[in-house]
Amino acid sequence: MRNMLSDKAVALKPSGIRKFFDIVSEMDDAISLGVGEPDFDTPWHIRDEGIYSLEKGRTFYTSNAGLKELKEEICHYTKRKQGVTYDPAHEVLVTVGGSEAIDIGMRAVVNPGDEVLIPQPSFVSYEPCAIMAGAVPVIIELKAENEFRLTAQELESAITDKTKMLVLPFPNNPTGAIMEREDLEAIAEVIRKHDILVMSDEIYAELTYKEKHVSIIEIEGMRERTILINGFSKAFAMTGWRLGYACGPREIIEQMVKLHQFAIMCAPTTSQYAAVEALRNGEDDVQEMRTAYNQRRRYLMNAFREMKLECFEPFGAFYVFPCIKEFGMTSEEFANRFLTEEKVAVVPGTAFGDCGEGYLRISYAYSLDNLKLAIGKLADFVQRLRSESK
Amino acid sequence: MREELLAIVERNSRIDLKELAVILGVEEIDVVNELAALEAEGIICGYHTMIDWEKTSIEKVSALIEVRVTPQRGQGFDNIAERIYKYPEVTSVYLISGGYDLLVTLEGKSLKEISGFVSDKLSTLESVLSTATHFILKKYKDHGTILAKKYEDTREKVTP
Repeated sequence: MRNMLSDKAVALKPSGIRKFFDIVSEMDDAISLGVGEPDFDTPWHIRDEGIYSLEKGRTFYTSNAGLKELKEEICHYTKRKQGVTYDPAHEVLVTVGGSEAIDIGMRAVVNPGDEVLIPQPSFVSYEPCAIMAGAVPVIIELKAENEFRLTAQELESAITDKTKMLVLPFPNNPTGAIMEREDLEAIAEVIRKHDILVMSDEIYAELTYKEKHVSIIEIEGMRERTILINGFSKAFAMTGWRLGYACGPREIIEQMVKLHQFAIMCAPTTSQYAAVEALRNGEDDVQEMRTAYNQRRRYLMNAFREMKLECFEPFGAFYVFPCIKEFGMTSEEFANRFLTEEKVAVVPGTAFGDCGEGYLRISYAYSLDNLKLAIGKLADFVQRLRSESK
Repeated sequence: MREELLAIVERNSRIDLKELAVILGVEEIDVVNELAALEAEGIICGYHTMIDWEKTSIEKVSALIEVRVTPQRGQGFDNIAERIYKYPEVTSVYLISGGYDLLVTLEGKSLKEISGFVSDKLSTLESVLSTATHFILKKYKDHGTILAKKYEDTREKVTP
């Protein structure tokens, strides 16, 4: 039979997470620290609005770009948080999770051969989406000594005359790194100089534990060249509702709306009604969850200090990214042994790019009690490895 | 730190002080001092344990009682409230806006004991005009804690 498959699709590497997931899911009694979603339930008043919309029979398509009310609330929210104004009629698109926005955002701007800069370690989708859009992904390897922030030098040296866009994944999954205002100002200068676009994935914007999150769109000259991606999954604990959005210049959003219209039609209606409630009345819930994450983050950092495990202090998302190079194993070997011997699942850093080698992603989207149990096992494991190597 | 500390100990007063210091990002001595201050100021008024008596073999009955009273000149409701809260079987007394004045919660060994208290002691107080007793049949949620169901993590074990 002739080759029926797309060479591009076939050539995509399967997600490193998937492989690990298959092992873990066969173990019934494994404790997992491998989850990339909040442990909180969606706040009840938000769920209630979703239910109410169903009761009222609001079960039809919305307009392609999303419910008018929701687009307006998104603009209010962005104005409130970032001080930046978008036009709800032309500059916002409601998507099926932030993931869809990444995909169609790439496809809306990329021409064959264009280079898209992807800092890693980072979320698993950027590279495959860039490839499927016809771009050449160019990886920038972020460094622990910079706390996994993107520096102007790193950016500058990755740019060529083919560079079209930079993906800016902060607050970062898996490292927990953030970019503060001065970091953003430094890279913005390079971006303006070379006239490139930015795809800023700020899905974890609400989850920072230092100063309030700063977005690249707040920096001079950036709003007009940035696709801002955000969503409801992380901030409002709404992963299963599959709802995100993109804000950006009208010319880009128009193209994205077309792609979205032909592929998806519109984001789920029930979720959109729930999301309106989230943006109108969800601030306190977010604050409460942020406080809980921060407590767990402090607990973990202290536990690492006590077991003398090297880890830079992350101030964003709900991940820590400890270094395990001292044990002379690859991340995957460490994660596999830890899982077999202690029945605790963590994700090898390499699932988020080759430069994640030597690191683990540990999620703190778990109750403190759960974390204590798992971290106790990590301490035992680390001690055993150290005594073995003596 | 005060607000965050209160929110934590309200849910778990038995939390280890060292752990409390770690998750609040302060020194242990600061936590000790702050707790002492909160106790001295009467902001922390006690440390109780939530018990689901249903799961024990001990019989307990609780009731909510709506009480309408005549307020007294110069004293308002305070005097009569005090008369009521002094009974050890009374677990709480609230002054309420709306259709009645005081909401009294009671705990007793049996329905009979509670109805005896209401008819003999509560209704016979001079300023009590009327009472309405509601027995609690089942507690689903108490002090923010759901009693009826156990938390279950239904998430996929590893996700990006």
